[in-house]
Amino acid sequence: MTISLTVNGTQFRTDAPPETPLLWVLRDELGLSGTKYGCGVAACGACTVHVDGQAVRSCQVALADVWGDVTTIEGLAQGERLAPLQEAWIRHQVAQCGFCQSGQIMQAADLLAANPAPSDDDIDAAMAGNLCRCGSYSAIRAAIHDAARAMNGGRAG
Amino acid sequence: MSRLGKITRRTLLVGAVAIAGGAAFGIYQIRRPVTNPLRPEEGATLNPYVIIDQSGISIIAPRAEMGQGVHTTLAALVAEELDADWDEIRVLHGPPAAAYYNAALAHGALPVPEYAMRDWQRSVTEGLGAVTRLLGLQVTGGSTSTVDAYERMRHAGAGAREALKAVAADRLGVAVDRLRTDKGRVIAPDGTEIDYRDLAEAAAARPVPKVALRPPAEWKLLGRSLPRTDMRAKATGAAQFSTDIVLAGMKFATVRICPHLGGSMERFDPAPALAVPGVEHVLDLGDGVAVVARNTWAAIQGAEAVQIDWTPSPLPATTEAMFDQIARAFDEKPNSRMRNKGRPDDVAAGVEAEYRVPFLAHATMEPMGATAWLKDGHLTLWVGNQAPREHEKAAAEAAGVAREDVTLHTVFLGGGFGRRVETDVTRQAARIAALLPGTPIRLTWSREEDMRHDFYRPAAIARMRGAVADGRAVLLDAQIAAPSVTRAAIGRLTGRNIGGPDKGHVEGAFDQPYAIPNYRVVGHLADLDVPIGFWRAVGNSFNGFFHESFIDELAHAAGRDPLAFRLDHVAPENPVAAGVLEAVRDLSGWGDPVPEGVGRGVAMTWSFGTPTAVVIEIAREGRTIRIARAFMACDPGQVLDHAIVRAQMESGLIYGLSAAVMGEITFSGGRADQGNFPDYDALRMHTAPRIEVAILQDNPHMGGVGEPGTPPAMPALANALFDLTGERIRSLPLSHHAEFLV
Repeated sequence: MTISLTVNGTQFRTDAPPETPLLWVLRDELGLSGTKYGCGVAACGACTVHVDGQAVRSCQVALADVWGDVTTIEGLAQGERLAPLQEAWIRHQVAQCGFCQSGQIMQAADLLAANPAPSDDDIDAAMAGNLCRCGSYSAIRAAIHDAARAMNGGRAG
Repeated sequence: MSRLGKITRRTLLVGAVAIAGGAAFGIYQIRRPVTNPLRPEEGATLNPYVIIDQSGISIIAPRAEMGQGVHTTLAALVAEELDADWDEIRVLHGPPAAAYYNAALAHGALPVPEYAMRDWQRSVTEGLGAVTRLLGLQVTGGSTSTVDAYERMRHAGAGAREALKAVAADRLGVAVDRLRTDKGRVIAPDGTEIDYRDLAEAAAARPVPKVALRPPAEWKLLGRSLPRTDMRAKATGAAQFSTDIVLAGMKFATVRICPHLGGSMERFDPAPALAVPGVEHVLDLGDGVAVVARNTWAAIQGAEAVQIDWTPSPLPATTEAMFDQIARAFDEKPNSRMRNKGRPDDVAAGVEAEYRVPFLAHATMEPMGATAWLKDGHLTLWVGNQAPREHEKAAAEAAGVAREDVTLHTVFLGGGFGRRVETDVTRQAARIAALLPGTPIRLTWSREEDMRHDFYRPAAIARMRGAVADGRAVLLDAQIAAPSVTRAAIGRLTGRNIGGPDKGHVEGAFDQPYAIPNYRVVGHLADLDVPIGFWRAVGNSFNGFFHESFIDELAHAAGRDPLAFRLDHVAPENPVAAGVLEAVRDLSGWGDPVPEGVGRGVAMTWSFGTPTAVVIEIAREGRTIRIARAFMACDPGQVLDHAIVRAQMESGLIYGLSAAVMGEITFSGGRADQGNFPDYDALRMHTAPRIEVAILQDNPHMGGVGEPGTPPAMPALANALFDLTGERIRSLPLSHHAEFLV
């Protein structure tokens, strides 16, 4: 049996067992290694991707249950043009080891899609599930605010 | 595939090979130039740190990029003198090679506090650097990378620049001193420009002129916060870690090793695993199994399904029994007495206390992993690691091939903190690859495997005696018991028994800059075989807690403000340390009235050459306590990149606070009770404090920055808790005693 799914606008077919978590389909079956494995129990957020525009922990979504188009960190930029969050991540030099940052950015993108001008408390609430063992939180917070401003055409976010 | 793909250890030298700036030590083997390990397929290598080919300039970082920004700062050292275009350079991890020895690892080798070292003692440790060179220790650790590279890599850039200019001078018929360099080009007085790429091969055939380094006043890159060279890749998902290499025909593996530490495997039945869809092989690794499958998920399912009979652990059955074993070390002859001032036995103790800290895991964001491929008798590995030569050696042994037949690529580390010095996962990947020749293997540990097979920060106990008189400390007498990380980890690393007084065991306690007339620190090494290893700030991480909690107790016993009390004892001993206390006092507004329900604590630890003071502010929020704000002041001396130093300070602080609040590994039957983040969590966005950092540069000697933020964070938090609640907590984690916001 094969299952088809659309990832970053490209349609893939895979014969991986339907219960295989999306995370491992992305990483091992499709070779999209920007999405990371950190815990396998939805406790760290490193595997965050979007399904149908919504941030999900890909370690918890079975292949057969994927209900919409998938976007991963590799699909966030428009070609060479980075997404505003990625630009802000670079401006604020957010990443240290970088392993959690794909998940952080995908989670932040979900936040900004729903809330274009989040407060610190909004950011705390949205990002609480994304662990960073390097402790880059203050830079993440600053970058999210900055990206929000950029996306709002410079108005305070 | 790495640009260093074809570079092997055997290679030789194109052109200038001496490491410019290497100290002369008067021993023949040490004076001999170290072999340049670089041999690009095309282009030219001017020394072990620079390759110039038609695609541009690559700078070779001999240390691992594990988040601490070392690729950026080390590359800037070369680029500054080379006049390379920062936006155009590439930075690559160096291959395993003795040329990349870490001389600064030996800086801490003398049994004296770093802050009090005389110039002649510093010269002696420069000589000791030669020892690590003989051993070829290419290790990233001990917050040493920048200190080690500071002169060597600038000389590399300067020597390469002058060699390039010499070639240009010949071609143009212009005296070399009339040429200048900028953005990767040599520029003649008439405006003629020659790109380095067109000079490199000829330059490589010339001796490297030794030239004076530019003074800091002329720096264009160093001293600025540069765009990190790894940032774009890490914001786009392109950065490659150990398990991100994609190879045709690759299979995916995981391991399940005996969780009862020190135990092994009696027998196993692979049948249930082989019934899992996608599982292809179950391999006997001796103390456990590897499962190889079409993807990692199938491998993990398979590993859980294997029926295994384990042999028991020889370790004490409970954590309590382990602490009893550690405490027994107090009854044995001391291993060290590195501070022994005055007559501590003649002073009656007014304050006595026992402190305890638990075992801790590293919990790097990236679980252990490696990619390995044995093809036509040659083993190629991709693994983020902190000791490439040791990993290469371990891989060769495990695969049964000669070291010459191993190519090891160091890739980005998803956190290191000392864990990736250890070669266990590399050994496993090499072994699995050797059992399945021709098949590339991506080995990924589950988080549970990672947490249960760590080399833990050891548990430790301190017994403290102290006394005060007239507002001053007159006695601080510390006994510290723990199993020895030095003996365990350096023993594994070098294959030698490490004897003698163990400085690492008491670092953070014996070497603190306090003027106390009766001051003694005695180390007792515990006989307990829990696997232990380097951890962020290791000994300082527990001794800093003991020492700075107890200083706080003495301050309160003396009826003094804890920061002013510290300053009174530190200022006469060391002005640099006093400077960070004053800076954190001013930054935090220490002494200003705080609202009801707010507590503040201070601590200062001198570690890795950098005194760092921390003030933590906590606040009651309903039934819970929030770590609201943190103020830090550090003095690493000459700062090369402020943003990176600041990021490292914040990072070290949060790592320490995470451990202080909730970090604890306990054991039952030799098996770690904690397996994943729900049992072993860390501070998150909503529980981390707002942090302000003051970076001073009054220290005459350059210190490290990766670790010094961690030790003072823990006691500062416990001291804040005392300020808030009046309760002195002498054991970690604090979550056993107070309800923190989670």
